[in-house]
Amino acid sequence: MSQVAEGAGPASAPGVVPGADPGGARGAAYDGLRLRSVTKRFATFTAVDDLDLDVPAGSFFALLGPSGCGKTTTLRMVAGLETPTSGSITLGEQDITWAKPYRRPVNTVFQSYALFPHLDIFENVAFGLRRRKRKDVKEKVAEMLDLVELGSQARKKPAQLSGGQQQRVALARALINEPEVLLLDEPLGALDLKLRRGMQIELKRIQTEVGLTFVHVTHDQEEAMTMADTVAVMNAGVIEQMGAPAELYENPRSTFVANFLGQSNLVAGTVLSRSADLTTVDMHGIQVSVPTARTHTDGDAGWVGIRPEKVLIGDEGAELDAPGNTIPGGVVTDVSFVGVSTQYLVRMPWGQELQVFAQNTGRQRLFTTGERVELSWRPEYAFLLDAAQDASAGAQRDGA
Amino acid sequence: MSAARPAARGTRPPAGRWLREHLVLVLGLLVLLYTFVPIAVVVLMSFNEGTRNVYAFQSFTLDNWANVCEDQSMCDALWVSIRIGVLATLGATLLGTLAAFALVRHDFRGRSASNLLIFLPMAAPEIVLGSSLLALFVAAGFSGQLGFWTILIAHVMFCLSFVVVTVRSRLAGMDDSLEQAAMDLYATPAQTFWRVTLPLVFPGILGAALLSFSLSFDDFIVTNLNAGTELTFPMYVWGASQRGVPMQVNVIGTVMFVLSIAVVLVGELGSRRRSRALSR
Amino acid sequence: MAPPTTPTLAPPDAPPPSTDLADAEPDTGRKRGLTGYLLLLPAAVWLALFFVVPFYSLAATSLYDPSGSDFRGYEMTYAFGNYVDAVQEYWTPLLRALAYGAAATLICLVLGYVLAYAIAFRAGRWKNLMLVLVIAPFFTSFLLRTLSWKLILADDGYVVDTLQFLHLLGDDGRLLATPVAVVAGLAYNFLPFMVLPLYASIDKIDPRLIEASSDLYAHPAVGFLKVTWPLSLPGVVSGTLLTFIPAAGDYINAQLLGSPNQRVIGSVIQSQFTDAGDYPSAAALSMVLMVLIVALVLVYVRRAGTEELL
Repeated sequence: MSQVAEGAGPASAPGVVPGADPGGARGAAYDGLRLRSVTKRFATFTAVDDLDLDVPAGSFFALLGPSGCGKTTTLRMVAGLETPTSGSITLGEQDITWAKPYRRPVNTVFQSYALFPHLDIFENVAFGLRRRKRKDVKEKVAEMLDLVELGSQARKKPAQLSGGQQQRVALARALINEPEVLLLDEPLGALDLKLRRGMQIELKRIQTEVGLTFVHVTHDQEEAMTMADTVAVMNAGVIEQMGAPAELYENPRSTFVANFLGQSNLVAGTVLSRSADLTTVDMHGIQVSVPTARTHTDGDAGWVGIRPEKVLIGDEGAELDAPGNTIPGGVVTDVSFVGVSTQYLVRMPWGQELQVFAQNTGRQRLFTTGERVELSWRPEYAFLLDAAQDASAGAQRDGA
Repeated sequence: MSAARPAARGTRPPAGRWLREHLVLVLGLLVLLYTFVPIAVVVLMSFNEGTRNVYAFQSFTLDNWANVCEDQSMCDALWVSIRIGVLATLGATLLGTLAAFALVRHDFRGRSASNLLIFLPMAAPEIVLGSSLLALFVAAGFSGQLGFWTILIAHVMFCLSFVVVTVRSRLAGMDDSLEQAAMDLYATPAQTFWRVTLPLVFPGILGAALLSFSLSFDDFIVTNLNAGTELTFPMYVWGASQRGVPMQVNVIGTVMFVLSIAVVLVGELGSRRRSRALSR
Repeated sequence: MAPPTTPTLAPPDAPPPSTDLADAEPDTGRKRGLTGYLLLLPAAVWLALFFVVPFYSLAATSLYDPSGSDFRGYEMTYAFGNYVDAVQEYWTPLLRALAYGAAATLICLVLGYVLAYAIAFRAGRWKNLMLVLVIAPFFTSFLLRTLSWKLILADDGYVVDTLQFLHLLGDDGRLLATPVAVVAGLAYNFLPFMVLPLYASIDKIDPRLIEASSDLYAHPAVGFLKVTWPLSLPGVVSGTLLTFIPAAGDYINAQLLGSPNQRVIGSVIQSQFTDAGDYPSAAALSMVLMVLIVALVLVYVRRAGTEELL
């Protein structure tokens, strides 16, 4: 019933739903993609839960999260391949919540590329233009194929191309339509590591060149951080934190983000005092301080977080260049030499093992297993998280 | 120890080892060869001198090929079979393809009951299918009207299930994201169907149609019960087998075999070319 | 998959916007709604009218007053005696048909397994071609191929001559008009019904499993019995069913290759319908054949432990 064609209406003028103000949050000047209280429930579970999201026009936006976190469902709702259970999706002034996929100025690069196997590369790329009865298809396709450096492959079938080439065709096929938003669903997932690095740089270059809004869904935190200018970390249907990659990494607001983006040491502590710019925490008998701007809990207890590379390691009693938080009494339990750095596991007096990454600058000797050491870090690198959160949330056990 | 065992085996004479390694393949090829023996006889007989099918090959002649329709009733029966085959194929392919789309793409009450309904005719012996249809036609007072149309009805019925199964497996193996990609690229549902879905499912539909035609063309048991006075090619052969089959029947058999091999080889060469191109 | 619920066009919780876009629905998975029914309807109606209803007709006919005829019409008298009479009179052709079918199925299983195994594991790049060759002969008329066998197995033919020369067959021994010829013909004609499901099953077996079994000290024969055979069981079950059912109902082979004195049930049903015009008894025999086959299949499938196939 719903699949009856409604004639070949001009798809370039996407369906606009008048009225239906999405929660009054619509700014007149805003011309990006906006999701307001979007919820998607399937029969047995809620994939996306009351999601608010703003993707400014022209940005390279990454939705990062483990599989099953709802990021792909969110993407599919923007593409029109799923409809939200409730909430609204707007693009500039248009409400596209209910618009059919073929009526929205949004294109997708599918995870499996979804190249039409019965059409050659040229016709794959031309598909969208032909559906919208555009003129100068030939020139545009040739131009686009040159952009992705596949000009010579135009008459081959998708199966004759390598994975990387297919990926570029999928990109070209979406880009040629000059969508307001380009959606990328784990587009590099099927490529091997080396090719993936190359494509990351290429995608970034193309995005800068064409100046479109890219929304990139991935579970690879490194990929998200290298490519995107804004990253939203998603978990269990909600956005945990959103911001520039460095901001997310340096100042995570939840244990999930702290663990999912890179690695973190999280040590249980109780809050002793709070001042205008410092929170003082008792950490198993040792007083450490955390800047107020990096304190993300109002409770009496919390997780003191510190990134392994921010922790300095030294002989007991050594003068480390980290005035403030010093923890004596550690014993080295494991040493991994990885070339640029050395990764230590240090058992603390309270039994927990902390990770320490030391750059191999040559200024410091290597420690060996069993040695007694002292750890230290600058207070401005530490952060304090809600004690109610699971300290292992988002941790990647396989170290991928 | 176990490491020494393969070494001991390695001392066998090479011919014996080759046979040992390829025994299964050789046996398989022999079985395959055996399936072609009767075909070889049919082809040979089509060039045999003589008016009725006899065992001995007497002398080579092209007479049977030159005068295929010497027995006009054979060619009439052939023509009936071809017409029924084409119509049954069209009907079964159309109905079966629609049903396959329903079963793969749509969710509705009674889906599993429908699957069972499709499966059962393939599992019932032909004699039961044929006799129950005849029982219906008789009960409905059509016993005097048995003929072309009742045969056609029966053929569409038993081809239908095979079409559904063939098209269904092709459809189920198709990547959903292709159609989603088409929609994403501004194709309306109708355009998506005509430009993406249909071309991709088409090989399955074509295969189902070929299967239908050969099932219909070849059917004897169901047809014989519901044919009335109509005579199809298999019925003609059956009747002639009582008194001696004219040599021309072998010409028809040979042509059918060559045609089917040709269809199959064209398909196989096509897929080989594609896979060669792939590996380049 | 979402469980089937009442068809809805718009998401239930959302107030549908007042535009033509209201009927947007998820495109993943299966669509709900009327379209499914409409697409299925023609085929379902056809099968209901010409498969389900006829079966009911057959059952009804089998209970008609046996003294009626097509000419005078039949009376429904719930004459269950038709079954007793039919089985009493024709139990030999019935059992003979089942025995022929079973023997042919067994031969098909052996030959078909070798062929399917060879295609799946030994054919390399010739896999597709061999598969095609399995099917190709069967695009030539079933009757013509069976008549060919009649020529090949003829009394003065090479096969009989050779067997007589080897003293495997007496001087006046023959193949034609014996059960051997019938079973051979059946096994030949239904071979692809065995090979294709077997191939589908065997082809799915990871050859590394067989390597692993030989790495774990299994002799190839043990490896076959403990690994390949159990994994190919689904194919064995569906192949034997697909072979046995039509073979048990077939009468072409029995009539062309067998002796006229040794009829099978299919041939009896056929002649009761078309020659004798004794519809009630023919229908009763048809029903008995169907019921016997269904019963055998159920027992077999349960024994094989593969109920989920049905």
